[in-house]
Amino acid sequence: MSAQTITQKIIAAHCGKKYVYEGEYVFAKVDLALSNDVTTPITIQQFYKIFDNTTPKVFDKNKIVIVLDHFTPNKDIPSAQQNKITREFAKKFKITHFYDGGCAGIEHALLPEEGLIKPGDIVIGADSHTCTYGALGTFSTGVGSTDLSVVWALGKIWLKVPQTIKIIYYGKRNKNVFGKDLILATIKKIGVEGANYKTIELTGEVIKNLSIASRFTMTNMAIECGAKNGIIEPDEITYNYLKQVTGKKPKILNWLKSDKDAKYYQEIEIDCSKIYPQVALPYLPENSVNVKDLDKKIYIDQVVIGSCTNGWYEDLYLAAKVLKGKKVNPNVRCLIFPATPKIYLAAVKTGLIETFLNAGCIVNPPTCGPCLGGHLGILAEGERAVATTNRNFVGRMGHTKSEVYLTNPVVAAYSAIKGYIASPE
Amino acid sequence: MNIKGKIFKLSDNVDTDVIIPAKYLNTSDPKVLALHCLEPLLEQLGKKLEGYNIIVAGKNFGCGSSREHAPVAIKYAGVNCIIAESFARIFFRNAINIGLAVVELPNAKKNFDFDDIVEVDLAKGVVKNLTKKQEIKFLPFPEFLQKIILSGGLINFVKENIKE
Repeated sequence: MSAQTITQKIIAAHCGKKYVYEGEYVFAKVDLALSNDVTTPITIQQFYKIFDNTTPKVFDKNKIVIVLDHFTPNKDIPSAQQNKITREFAKKFKITHFYDGGCAGIEHALLPEEGLIKPGDIVIGADSHTCTYGALGTFSTGVGSTDLSVVWALGKIWLKVPQTIKIIYYGKRNKNVFGKDLILATIKKIGVEGANYKTIELTGEVIKNLSIASRFTMTNMAIECGAKNGIIEPDEITYNYLKQVTGKKPKILNWLKSDKDAKYYQEIEIDCSKIYPQVALPYLPENSVNVKDLDKKIYIDQVVIGSCTNGWYEDLYLAAKVLKGKKVNPNVRCLIFPATPKIYLAAVKTGLIETFLNAGCIVNPPTCGPCLGGHLGILAEGERAVATTNRNFVGRMGHTKSEVYLTNPVVAAYSAIKGYIASPE
Repeated sequence: MNIKGKIFKLSDNVDTDVIIPAKYLNTSDPKVLALHCLEPLLEQLGKKLEGYNIIVAGKNFGCGSSREHAPVAIKYAGVNCIIAESFARIFFRNAINIGLAVVELPNAKKNFDFDDIVEVDLAKGVVKNLTKKQEIKFLPFPEFLQKIILSGGLINFVKENIKE
């Protein structure tokens, strides 16, 4: 029996095997199947095709999660129509975990908060940022709607067991460096397709001491270097978080770690003492540079703080600390998106929302909104935004001649005050 | 299966936001999606996709979102094969699942030009560039994927398995 990585072990456990080898094709059991308002309508179409002569049946109504988060509250008539189809489907098939209206939040922050994500599980989602849940030691990956429709029908997915790149983070973190900066620096190092088809396993002393929110930010962006999944071995921080969200003592899975002699495709060491607050320049997430090294002032029109990458309570807290008692620059619209209703409520109770409003920010409902150019903050030709989101592709937030600069929430908040991209000392 | 046609050439990292911008994701109608296929890039290039049925691109084609609207838009815009130096993982799965042919070929950008006429033999793993009078071999799909392709996509493949 050969040694295995944490990812191999999870996949093996889901196809009735003790060992799976890299490159092996398997049909694995799925613990949770996720989709959103953009991807569900096509999933429904494909799902019905599977059962053209028989009565359609979902594999388990308790293991399907549908979240209306991208274009909600309904942004226009066509999306309203699409959402209607999804709502009717959820009702017809009695989907237990259907999140709509005031219960909906950005899916990848909502599911962990609802206690739906468990270490060692396999979660398949029709959304590319499904890889977020790897922060809890879960194997989770994004697929398209056809793949998901098959999961709805069979409760299984075909997978090719991935090779793993191990990334070891060491050294003392600099001030105002968070998960976002570490992952942007990582993507810069390996490139936007550096981990295509592969797993990135995030390890080392820096990860061990990283908050759960920062860990989520890092695994969320695993897809931005092409990875199938990003994963972090569960530890005390993970189990404390699970206890907090479920109110129950979590089951500790001692087998859930990579064997010492597990085989890796590549091992990369990253010295975090050399990483400073980052900004990814248009039009790829790999284009990051140190904010302090920008040689000219890049003036901005908008700031977006939120998304499945950086819409956590901790992110809002960090941004509010910068904005407290200050005013947003008159040339800038600063938009805040708490990722979930619970995060929103916590931010109300602790005064963060008051701080944002006093500073002249616009506080929005939990939605993906402008991150993918959906609604609530679209850019005009020639406009520039600093965003705590995950992609800065051409036209991502609006006009094809607009620009998105990716940063952490502290840099975003400070830039909102200054009117140009800047980091506090 | 053979696919013959004219090449439309693109560069590296063609992402799903330029294949089908998110503002068009409020529909699942393939015909509507096809109308806006590659819209931002076509504007930049000042070209139309009409009359082309094979796309050649560099590395990381289809990176970004999991939106199946992307391969659907390409397929319904009349393209029946994409030859790229590499594909982003989710796009690759989606294309196979909906029956859009994808061929991975190193140096694709070097070997093909805009308007070249080519013939792709998926079973044999050969691309003939009829304009340049060249033949390039590629690795055929692994057996597992060939079964899905032979079934005509994932839905048919699964239907056959449910029967069993």
